[in-house]
Amino acid sequence: MPQEISREELRRLVADETAQLVEVLPASEYREDHLPGALNLPLRRLESDAREVLTPARPVIVYCWDTA
Amino acid sequence: MGFTRVYDYVAGKLDWLAAGLPTEGTNAMRPRAADLARKDVPTGRPDEHLEDVRARVGAAGWDACVVVNEARVVLGLLRAAQLQGDPAARLEAVMRPGPSTFRPFVSIEEMARFMIEHTLESSPITTSDGRLVGLLRRDDAVRAAHRGQERGGGGGDQ
Repeated sequence: MPQEISREELRRLVADETAQLVEVLPASEYREDHLPGALNLPLRRLESDAREVLTPARPVIVYCWDTA
Repeated sequence: MGFTRVYDYVAGKLDWLAAGLPTEGTNAMRPRAADLARKDVPTGRPDEHLEDVRARVGAAGWDACVVVNEARVVLGLLRAAQLQGDPAARLEAVMRPGPSTFRPFVSIEEMARFMIEHTLESSPITTSDGRLVGLLRRDDAVRAAHRGQERGGGGGDQ
């Protein structure tokens, strides 16, 4: 299970540990707005594509629109 | 899959946008409420006396003041009418409490439309935890939205 983190923890992980940001929303929503540097891996592609585009040795932070 | 450190930013993109933090994407180039909100709007504490605040607001060339607590959380709003009240009154007694506030990421077109429909001359822009970002004036929002429509890009050029 991924560990839940706050905005402040996200910023620290990105700044200090070059964490990889992954937006799991559809591509259309990603194109409109995404966190700086985030990649787009919609949920249905997450399992199949994660190994191709992400570096396992670095932390990975996933996010969607909100807690819902 | 070999990923040992996986985190979930549960509050998500909504939380990021509501904090007024920068984003990338097509919307990032369009003006939003936070871009046009006036950051220099005068503020006052609820226990201040109106005569002191009125002098400060007037000297700064404003006719509005946002009442905030020590954490800059918005408590109320003083517009021109409230600023003309009893000089000895405390702000908490004359302010309009709990004004409608908007998040920094709302598009300027949406803000202009809402402010016209609801005859709002200005609206505080706040983060998700209620902290003041600035005061958006309707004239500023309408002007920027109009410029955006003229350019056909759906946004202004601020």
